[in-house]
Amino acid sequence: MKSLQTPLHKVEGLGSSHSGTEHFWYERLTSIALIPLTLWFGYVMLGLAGTNEVACISYLAHWWNALLMGAFVGIALYHIRLGLQVIIDDYVHTAGGKMALLLLVRFFVLATGSAAGFALLQISRL
Amino acid sequence: MAENPQKSDARPLSPHLTVYHWAPTMIVSITHRLTGVGLSVGMLALALWLVAISNGPSGYLAFYSYALTPFGLLVMFGFAWALAFHLLQGIRHLAWDLGYGFAKETARLTALLVVGLSFLIALGILALIWTGHAGYLS
Repeated sequence: MKSLQTPLHKVEGLGSSHSGTEHFWYERLTSIALIPLTLWFGYVMLGLAGTNEVACISYLAHWWNALLMGAFVGIALYHIRLGLQVIIDDYVHTAGGKMALLLLVRFFVLATGSAAGFALLQISRL
Repeated sequence: MAENPQKSDARPLSPHLTVYHWAPTMIVSITHRLTGVGLSVGMLALALWLVAISNGPSGYLAFYSYALTPFGLLVMFGFAWALAFHLLQGIRHLAWDLGYGFAKETARLTALLVVGLSFLIALGILALIWTGHAGYLS
């Protein structure tokens, strides 16, 4: 019998799951990137602990520091999205509840990321 | 309609999680997930902090009136410990991905190491703040 699969679908070899190991791979990729970024973040948080908003603004207004903070927030949020999805997949067994929570996680990530990104841009203009 | 075979009481059950003794490896495994969820909330706090700074002195003071309460300080200490734990356990996971550390005794030892080091780092951060060694970026 002639296969109904397109040649592209056949060569991808993913069957009815539609996706492969991207989730696993990006979880690892983000975690490797987050090791140096977390160490930098800890250094910054400790360095700004007990200071005032002038110190925070002058540190984060520097483009290099703003870029690193943006990278930390962005990559950590992507890691959060992947990690929370695994937990929801494991523990939530109703289709509706799962869909609602996965949407909630994505909205949380988008809202938190855009708020932090906009705040960093705003700080650079202060 | 056939009856759901899962609902028959006569069928034998495979041993479930509750029959096992709690081992360090199990505790560290579930704590990795719990700290992950906790740090998601921490990311929200970080975003709020950045938004507060971007709103100038009034926004910053409003944020700090919450953050510098005893409860706020406890939560921040919790975030610091959770981040240290998740970082260390994450490195342990990456070592597994490369094929290292699967032996029973090694896994047990590294689990205890993750717990011990995470508290050591969190207490170290507290000690640095306490002794006035923090705030060096002002």
